[in-house]
Amino acid sequence: MQAFATLLDALAYMPSRNGKQRLIADYLDHAPDPDRGYGLAALTGDLSFTAAKAGMIKELVATRVDPALFGWSYDFVGDLAETVALIWPAPPGVNHPPPRLSEVVEGLAAAKRGTVPALLEGWLDTLDATGRWALLKLITGGLRIGVSARMAKTALVDWATANGVEASVEQVEELWHGLSAPYAALFGWLTGTAEKPCVADTGGFRPMMLAHPLEEADIQVLNPAEYRAEWKWDGIRVQLVARGTPDKARLYSRTGDEIAAAFPDVAAHMGFHAVLDGELLVAREGRVAPFNDLQQRLNRKRVTAPMLRDFPAWVRLYDMLFDGAEDLRALPFDERRRRLEDWFARTRPPCMDLSPLVPFTDCDHLAHLRLSARDAGVEDGAIEGLMLKRGDSAYIGGRPKGPWFKWKRGPLTADCVLMYAQRGHGKRSSFYSDYTFGAWRGTPGDGGELVPVGKAYFGFTDAELVEIDRWVRNHTTNRFGPVREVAPGLVFEVAFDSVHRSTRHKSGIAMRFPRVSRLRWDKPAAEADRLEVLERMVAS
Amino acid sequence: MIPAPDSWITPCPPERGGGLWVEPGGFHVDPTRSVDRAVITHGHSDHARPGHAHVLATSGTLAIMRARLGDGAGLSQQPLPYHQPIRIGEVTVTLVPAGHVLGSAQVVMEWRGSRVVASGDYKRRFDPTCDPFEPVPCDAFITEATFGLPVFRHPPVEGEIARLLHTLSVFPERTIVVGCYALGKCQRLIAELRRAGYDQPLYLHGAHLPLCALYQEQGVELGDLRPATVADASSMRGGIVLAPPSAMADKWLRRMPDPLPAYASGWMRVRARARQHGIELPLIVSDHADWDELCQTVKDVAPGELWVTHGSEEALVHWATTQGVKAKPLHLVGFGEEE
Repeated sequence: MQAFATLLDALAYMPSRNGKQRLIADYLDHAPDPDRGYGLAALTGDLSFTAAKAGMIKELVATRVDPALFGWSYDFVGDLAETVALIWPAPPGVNHPPPRLSEVVEGLAAAKRGTVPALLEGWLDTLDATGRWALLKLITGGLRIGVSARMAKTALVDWATANGVEASVEQVEELWHGLSAPYAALFGWLTGTAEKPCVADTGGFRPMMLAHPLEEADIQVLNPAEYRAEWKWDGIRVQLVARGTPDKARLYSRTGDEIAAAFPDVAAHMGFHAVLDGELLVAREGRVAPFNDLQQRLNRKRVTAPMLRDFPAWVRLYDMLFDGAEDLRALPFDERRRRLEDWFARTRPPCMDLSPLVPFTDCDHLAHLRLSARDAGVEDGAIEGLMLKRGDSAYIGGRPKGPWFKWKRGPLTADCVLMYAQRGHGKRSSFYSDYTFGAWRGTPGDGGELVPVGKAYFGFTDAELVEIDRWVRNHTTNRFGPVREVAPGLVFEVAFDSVHRSTRHKSGIAMRFPRVSRLRWDKPAAEADRLEVLERMVAS
Repeated sequence: MIPAPDSWITPCPPERGGGLWVEPGGFHVDPTRSVDRAVITHGHSDHARPGHAHVLATSGTLAIMRARLGDGAGLSQQPLPYHQPIRIGEVTVTLVPAGHVLGSAQVVMEWRGSRVVASGDYKRRFDPTCDPFEPVPCDAFITEATFGLPVFRHPPVEGEIARLLHTLSVFPERTIVVGCYALGKCQRLIAELRRAGYDQPLYLHGAHLPLCALYQEQGVELGDLRPATVADASSMRGGIVLAPPSAMADKWLRRMPDPLPAYASGWMRVRARARQHGIELPLIVSDHADWDELCQTVKDVAPGELWVTHGSEEALVHWATTQGVKAKPLHLVGFGEEE
């Protein structure tokens, strides 16, 4: 537990992805089995505990600590698990070693109701403050250390590769749902002491085929006759794994997270037997709703009846990986498409349709289609651009270069005024590199005020960063920790994919994928855009 | 009749000098403005201010004041060794080690059979760079409470140094830049690194150089120290640089190859504090007593009453009261939470 606690602690402070992966690799190197398997499961979100709740932890600490002292401490620290971890008074003379992670995981799984508090108390007594923090975070299910399942698996594979075992993230993802913590067979394979495990069809995730962005050079050499075009839908990519009855249905996100529980309206219609690739959307009477509507349904463990009614889910299908038990992935795209169309004609599941192929004549025609992607009349404005797929391409997990391209529509832009700058991390830790910018509400100089509309931390060169940093330091009006407020004076042309209504922001709007596209040193702040300009861009 | 402690020692408003005013001795302890007669507990800038006419302190503290304040260190400076009583006005003053930084002292004051100890800042942990704290029984004990909440329990320093060295081994291509206070913390970290067997050169921000030199002159071994400003950047890769916390946000940091920001402070015990500063490696190392040390000290000193100043006064006063010790907060102005 202590080694795992040290890892969580370091991960919580490490801003960079690469650094996090190195820390995980270091843990995998040193932690013994089965602890490292459980540690990995904790990072991928595959461990869950139901026995311990915040209330129980509060009751436990009340038996040990004066309530007035606890109150002042909680006010100071601001986080329950952290306060308890720090304040827990270890009784003198404890000579138990702290528990191993495996002891905690297996102990809680086997514990009878009512014995959990005593178990927990014993562990808290033997762990140090970091260990107690990690234990409490682990069992209350809120690690918040900025590690995704995908990142943990990538770190695992990098670690195995560094030790001379050939493996890929796609292989691990395909195996993942057929295995369970502490993953003895997986570690056997990745340490070179056993064969790659064989996993029966357990409804596992198949690594998705991803597309490369289309660049100028690609367009020059692209032979239009070899490619098929589809709209790129503005939803989230999903893989439907259906095995005969809705209760066995699995719905996976692009990173292999299982999300069927949040989309029972889709799962209910998955009584067929196939593995399909498509886009998850919200649609009403066949009309696709803006991404913001879908957002209401994402990142939720459970879903309420009003949400199902107001934001009905829809899947637009574009590929078929398995028809029944038959693996179609080695077949060319055209052949898979034909199988998908045949299957769809036979099955016609409610709340699903096919993503149509978009006919085109040549590259100019494609470019024209892409430009029209933002037109209100085209597919309800629910498209992000075009997908180009080579007709003879097999379905290959990962992002092979060449067979599939995505060609996004051009971004929207607005001129916004820099309001706050925050210091970055790592190489940027002495630079003010994260920017909050605003647009004018009302008339500048006549009662108008800037309201924040977004945040961006890329889109400029290193040389430009040095200049912005200098400007920020010379125009600071206020400081809040690592954040500086600056006088309105520097205008950024900000590019973004779309604008949505948001009740969480003072401005009432939120941008998708904002980035700095140009520095407008020449433009006076008062001439930057008004909030109304952005409001007019809101996707209907 | 022995006089009550608060009849002769009182907190002094800033406009009349600040700090503590000792009426029968005619002097201040740690005044916040320039005064005629000042007894100084230690060299940190919130305790040792410039411009006093007469200054009494240990020779270590006086040396630190001269290094930091130059001509402002006091027109007349009188060194007083530990444990040697001296009479000021009607009051007998003795300096006793406080274990905080080099030269730090508790001021033991006696008048007509009443004894009051102003401990300044102190800690109870081992520190290779200064003499350890000694409890002195007294009628009133004036304690700091910088870390006066039971969430503050500093872990053993050896473990923190081990974490620093482990991080260095995981990221050998980066430079760990440790933000630390220039007086005391810096030298203690260096001494603890040496004690842990780390014998590589350590690189210092310019602000840390004079005080490290002073410690070395006073006989504290710190090993091979080099100025970071003139060092070849690549030679610092995989090494450790010590700098004032303010430099961490400064352009100065840019000369370091791929800096990994660390910060050595008791505040690092609370995660939000570390995140606020953008710290990747928080090291919980403090010059101040943690909660357990504060409580243990109250028990060891067993004072007639406890006066609590700068920090979380209410929690320590509450705890002392539950232990049957008469306690009150002493509202002194001008002492920060810097450490």
